[in-house]
Amino acid sequence: MNKCTERLYNGIIKENPTFVLMLGMCPTLAVTTSAVNGVGMGLSTTVVLMMSNLLISALRNIIPDRVRIPAFIVVVASLVTVVQLLIQAYIPFLYDALGIYIPLIVVNCIILGRAEAYASKNGPAESAFDGIGMGLGFTIALTCIGAVRELLGSGAVFGFRVMPEAYEPITIFVMAPGAFFVLSILTALQNRFKAPSATNGSAPKSSLACGGDCSHCSGSICADNRRRLEAAADKKE
Amino acid sequence: MKELLLIAVGSALVNNVVLSQFLGLCPFLGVSKKTETAAGMGAAVIFVIGIASAVTSLIYDHILVNLGLEYLQTIVFILVIAALVQFVEMVLKKSMPALYEALGVYLPLITTNCAVLGVALTNVQEGNNFIQSVVNGVGTACGFTISIILLAGVRERIAGNDVPHSFQGSPIVLITAGLMAIAFSGFSGLI
Repeated sequence: MNKCTERLYNGIIKENPTFVLMLGMCPTLAVTTSAVNGVGMGLSTTVVLMMSNLLISALRNIIPDRVRIPAFIVVVASLVTVVQLLIQAYIPFLYDALGIYIPLIVVNCIILGRAEAYASKNGPAESAFDGIGMGLGFTIALTCIGAVRELLGSGAVFGFRVMPEAYEPITIFVMAPGAFFVLSILTALQNRFKAPSATNGSAPKSSLACGGDCSHCSGSICADNRRRLEAAADKKE
Repeated sequence: MKELLLIAVGSALVNNVVLSQFLGLCPFLGVSKKTETAAGMGAAVIFVIGIASAVTSLIYDHILVNLGLEYLQTIVFILVIAALVQFVEMVLKKSMPALYEALGVYLPLITTNCAVLGVALTNVQEGNNFIQSVVNGVGTACGFTISIILLAGVRERIAGNDVPHSFQGSPIVLITAGLMAIAFSGFSGLI
């Protein structure tokens, strides 16, 4: 059980996927227009992440190594479809708010990253807890970013008005540019206080196949892609 | 014709795929250090999204709808896109070595680019027919190319400037992207 709590701590604090590893930036920026959307997206991703880690870990000895990435993608895509249909049926307002970003959970690099780096090498129980930890870390990060943007952009948090009447909401923070600004300030603060983060190269060297540095990555999900890029860069020089 | 033009302008500028929909951010931030590589990536994205939106549109209209399997779209699309990228890579390597040389490295990176899947899903959501899907796909990819080349140009200029220590690296790039997003939101009156 100790191992499992360690996985939770690791996902939420030590290797927080958003704040530390800078993974899954697309949904982070896109759906954090309000705290509620952040929670919804985070929890949907958590469910997919937990189930995919569990299934992939259980199947890890059956899936041949050469076709593991396509196999992982099929598992993740099936789970995402299930989650999407459930949300559509039971939480329609969230379905409308998140829209296309629910099916796009498939290509969230946190999920394939964890599958490749952890679930394909460890037992089902630890992997499931790893998924829950990472998912909760992602949820907390999205909720925080969403709350900040909602507070500045509409003077409310979770829909409750907290700013005084005189406060003129800075609408740009709930619009697209605001997402870039909030993330930029966040990473700048991390640099300033030398907090562990992938952006200043001080993230804990995790076992993530891709190194976990999304903003300096080129959309590659596996070490193989990275090697190709580096080989090409070497050839040019 | 006018409708197709509206789709193209809308997808390339008004709803820019990176700056207002946040799709394909990883390559946008990762491959934008030099204009040359940014242009290569952009070309590869136009190529792949163009083909992928045509193929996924045909598959959805003629196979999934006929079989009543619309809910399988996410799984089918991601697999089709992954297979397609591999296939395109092999064909290019064999028959058009010059083009492969130019796009080669970028092709495998695009498989998990969320913009490709995003366009395929948007086409279904909007109920676009085959031609509209292709126009929407190519328009979206052009939007990506425009913004990544612009960002690369700005980053080349920033590289020689004195950026405050805390903002070096990704923070300044994100600020730049945010300012570009503001500029692009000016296009929203176009349609």
